[in-house]
Amino acid sequence: MIAPRTAIGQAMVLPPYAEWLGCSIEWVEGAPQLVMPFGDHVMGWPGLLQGGAIAGLLEVAGIAALTHRLSSEGAARIKPVTVTTDYLRTGRDHPTRAVGTILRLGQRVANVEATAWQEDRDRPIATARLNYRILRD
Amino acid sequence: MGFDMERFVAMGGLGGGHGRHLGIAYHAHGPDWAELALPYDARLIGDPASGVVASGPIVAMMDMATSVAVWLKRGSFEAHVTLDLRVDYLRPAVPERTVIGRGECYRITRSVAFVRGIAHDGDPDDPVAHVTGTFMGMKP
Repeated sequence: MIAPRTAIGQAMVLPPYAEWLGCSIEWVEGAPQLVMPFGDHVMGWPGLLQGGAIAGLLEVAGIAALTHRLSSEGAARIKPVTVTTDYLRTGRDHPTRAVGTILRLGQRVANVEATAWQEDRDRPIATARLNYRILRD
Repeated sequence: MGFDMERFVAMGGLGGGHGRHLGIAYHAHGPDWAELALPYDARLIGDPASGVVASGPIVAMMDMATSVAVWLKRGSFEAHVTLDLRVDYLRPAVPERTVIGRGECYRITRSVAFVRGIAHDGDPDDPVAHVTGTFMGMKP
């Protein structure tokens, strides 16, 4: 889904949907952190983030974390199996950040947790548990 | 007084800017269910190798379809927030095909609505995704 970040540090390429959301990557302590600006394209009720855009950002963060980890292990494809999103707080008209944490990466399955927040990382607006099928070449 | 679907769609209720930018449109509805349509758009691809659309737009459509199902069952619009939403990806949607999302509200209490639904790309008996979720009413 996202071309791996190569050993020489070439930038990770995000899929068209991530670009559509306006996502960019900030590297924080060697790990990819996604940033999504607020705009009409991610707005639901006036001035508020739409839940689907939040889930989409969490999905991109989960895949970015996996792609980054897998880049050192050879080519693999990542397919989502289940995604469960918990909405904790209202998303407002601010940039939203998200990171994915790999709970387990096995030969066939990966379990990932992703968290999204706006101004305060300790006050997340949503979390997701994402289970993926890993298809190794 | 029932929930006026036509008026709701005309007012742009389907996910505000996000729904409009995704191209999500009304498809059909009944007493406790609603169907929306998500047209194929190459800009929404999540897996360039296969051309399959990312799951985010499908989540957005299912969130809206199930929300509308709650208001149809309740018979009125009441603001609510999504508590959680689980999506099971049964198979990838076929590229170029419009995805239909059908949301149903199967149980409603004073403050919580329980929903489920499927997304399919032509055959409701061969869905691409299955969803379950809950919404919390905003009234104290």
